Amino acid sequence: MLRPVRPARTRPGAGLVTGVALTALLVVSVVVAVGIGSVHVQAGDVVDVVLGRLGVPVDGVTVIDDRIVWQLRMPRVIGAAATGAGLAIAGAVLQSLTRNDLADPYLLGISGGATVGAVSVIVLGAGAAGLVGNAALAAGAFVGAMLALALVLMLATGRTGDLPPARTVLAGVAIGQMCGAYTSFVVIVSGDHDSARRVLAWTMGSLAGVRWQSATILLVVSVLALVVIIGCASDLDAFAFGDSAASSLGVSIRRVRWLLMVGTALLTAGLVAYTGAIGFVGLVVPHAVRLLVGPLHRRLLPLSALAGAVLLIWADTAARSLLDGQEIPIGVVTAVFGAPLFAYLLRRESRSR
Amino acid sequence: MSIRAKDLTWGVAGRAIIEDIAIECPEGTLTGLLGPNGSGKTSLLHVVAGLRRPDSGVVELAGEDVHRLPARVRARRIAVLEQHASTTLPLTARQVVELGRIPHRGRWPAARDEGAAEVVEGMRLSGVTHLADRDWQTLSGGERQRVQLARALAQRPEVLMLDEPTNHLDLAHQIDLLATVRALGLTTVAALHDLDLAAAFCDHLVVLGAGRVVASGPPAEVLTARLVREVYGVEATVATHDHSGRLHVVWHDERASR
Repeated sequence: MLRPVRPARTRPGAGLVTGVALTALLVVSVVVAVGIGSVHVQAGDVVDVVLGRLGVPVDGVTVIDDRIVWQLRMPRVIGAAATGAGLAIAGAVLQSLTRNDLADPYLLGISGGATVGAVSVIVLGAGAAGLVGNAALAAGAFVGAMLALALVLMLATGRTGDLPPARTVLAGVAIGQMCGAYTSFVVIVSGDHDSARRVLAWTMGSLAGVRWQSATILLVVSVLALVVIIGCASDLDAFAFGDSAASSLGVSIRRVRWLLMVGTALLTAGLVAYTGAIGFVGLVVPHAVRLLVGPLHRRLLPLSALAGAVLLIWADTAARSLLDGQEIPIGVVTAVFGAPLFAYLLRRESRSR
Repeated sequence: MSIRAKDLTWGVAGRAIIEDIAIECPEGTLTGLLGPNGSGKTSLLHVVAGLRRPDSGVVELAGEDVHRLPARVRARRIAVLEQHASTTLPLTARQVVELGRIPHRGRWPAARDEGAAEVVEGMRLSGVTHLADRDWQTLSGGERQRVQLARALAQRPEVLMLDEPTNHLDLAHQIDLLATVRALGLTTVAALHDLDLAAAFCDHLVVLGAGRVVASGPPAEVLTARLVREVYGVEATVATHDHSGRLHVVWHDERASR
């Protein structure tokens, strides 16, 4: 793992202070980000709209403001927050389970499988109907991710039903490569510029299509996963000194590993189906949070979720508002911020050795 | 809690690492597990501690089958000190000791950790209180070993399984650790390499050779020149020292300078 210069001391309250600060930042980010766009909405008006929708009587909310804030931007911001939170905890869990710094939520072939599913829908669906809805795309991506996951688990499972981390990572890489080959093949053979562009856009991720229905699903998936995963925080801590140490601390390693591997895979598949593959959030956020509050999961997991939520809200806000009349793929934004941040964390680590 | 194991066999890929092992450790005794490298000491410790399921045979802890206990229940009763403990995480010594509270914790822990007293007591007993805020990565091998012992003690076990606990320790700390463990009065099994230390502190010795029990019994009966020759391939004289009154193994080899 990346190592801080100073040992991360258990300053009593360090986690609490960071938690309160990040929660406040998250609330402010939601309000401010909803106001940003082609039509600017004042923060006060955003709050009024939200209060009005929650049944609090407020004066002076215009229909236009209500539509922009509640119908268009709020679901997208909520969806971004849920996606960021989910990707960050998935990354944190997989880094701990595989004891691998480079583990990210797409480790188990999820993004490759989801791309195969999405591409199949785009190419075949476009041929059949000319136009496919987001729901069909999401369904295709989810099914693709599940099939890839099933293949990875089949390859990685040992004779005793164990799921050794090293072999799981390798199986994920192998399946990911196969999926990439299929995707390239289909795109080239289908030879259609429009579908090629849509496939590329999908692989870079976008929250443009997120409405209340999909935002709600993203939120439910992330919150459910967060509850289950935080329930395993102590089990994850117990893996600090390896498998037999975890076992001697009373962790049923095989069961915990299956639960968390499959759980994070389902979480990621649920997110990726609606947003496409958004990189770097799951990789970078847990490392940064570890530097702040140390590696114990009782703090790492909830704080990673908060930090991931804030990060993706701003990444998506940048994606939809930096260029006039055109969206930047959100994966481009997260890579532009994430890659230098990751490099910085690596430098810190090398200095501490 | 007494430990009794019989007919234990465990292997990897069809090759037996330990075979037909029977041991008995009465409550409150310290049993030394001796034997050359690769004789199966660590494997036996892991099987007896319930970390590995034997291919055949049973391990009983006060009459209960260890391998049928739920993992958490088992971890509250048996603590294991491993031979090599390594992590890449930036944990403090205190955080490492606190890992020992995991089997006692609920799934949804309160913000304030219950069991802080056991953590403090564990650190005091193994003499690492002054290291509490140090980064694990900056500790010496001996300090790490003692921090891990504090973690095992924080588990408040009935049984201690120690895999070469005196590894990396200087002479004073070797004596200290075994004396501490003995004074705790827990049923303890310790894999050891130092025959003099084993003779000085153990109630009972079990000697392994190639995965089987070669000899077992009180140190004075087990440690003989013949056993040292047969098991380790070293010529030795075993004698009671005039001053200490303890058993000592003095080895002979013409390659030694004197």
